[in-house]
Amino acid sequence: MNETNTNHHGPGYGLFIGVWAALMVLTCITVVVSGIDLDFLNVLVAMSVATTKALLVVMFFMHLKYENTTLKLMVLVAFVILAIFIGFTFFDTAYR
Amino acid sequence: MTEHHDYQGAKMGMWIFLFTEILLFGGLFVLFAVTFQRYPTEFHEASKLLDVTMGTTNTVVLITSSLCAALSIVALQRGERKRSEMLIGLTILLACCFLVIKYFEWSAKFHHGIYPGSTEIADWAPGKQAYFALYYAMTGLHGIHVIIGMAVLGWVWWLIRREKCTPDHFVALENAGLYWHLVDLIWIYLFPLYYLIT
Repeated sequence: MNETNTNHHGPGYGLFIGVWAALMVLTCITVVVSGIDLDFLNVLVAMSVATTKALLVVMFFMHLKYENTTLKLMVLVAFVILAIFIGFTFFDTAYR
Repeated sequence: MTEHHDYQGAKMGMWIFLFTEILLFGGLFVLFAVTFQRYPTEFHEASKLLDVTMGTTNTVVLITSSLCAALSIVALQRGERKRSEMLIGLTILLACCFLVIKYFEWSAKFHHGIYPGSTEIADWAPGKQAYFALYYAMTGLHGIHVIIGMAVLGWVWWLIRREKCTPDHFVALENAGLYWHLVDLIWIYLFPLYYLIT
């Protein structure tokens, strides 16, 4: 495969700095929300914010947004397997 | 003679390696989730003993280091070799900061006798002990990944200096970056789970 073709993919400095700013804002949000007592909702909010941050890192910093469908599907399958792994463990532990 | 480079293949190989890393940490996250479900009050109590300020600072440091790694690829692609080198250096420096903060956190805990198997925590509730066993195991394994990431980034920095990693052939930098972002990704989950569930 000719490498020079893949040379100019991906975004520039500005977009990455924007993603970083979003990650900083989300970090502030998650710290502030953890100070408010919402009971079980606290864990839910913390995990939702973490997942949003993870998506930003995977999509932009790790360039997944700019990759081909094969690689996107591979990453999706890996995370589905992880979800099955976690989910099935809870079927086991929650009903004993 | 022209060398053959499979850019897509090299990147895909790195991702497949990262999947094994995700499953390695995934197993520990499952263990955390199941133990947390069994001892919710003990986990809340134990988590209050961690320093949120230090945890938050480390999150900011690690995310910023990830930004520097991402920017260094842009710099190299644009042929700005010096800037790319500088950004990799900055990434390694921030990784150092992360480890220094982690060192202070751990040594403060050790000083108070909080570590697995210490006489201090022998009387604690099992859930509280389990929390710290998991804390040391997971942040410790993450810390080892930070050290490996620093070594890999250092190696790529040297490659760029020697012009063996160039605007036409930068897959080493890209794969080192992918590894570093994974280290960041794992911390993004470790931080709320350990510091913010109080």
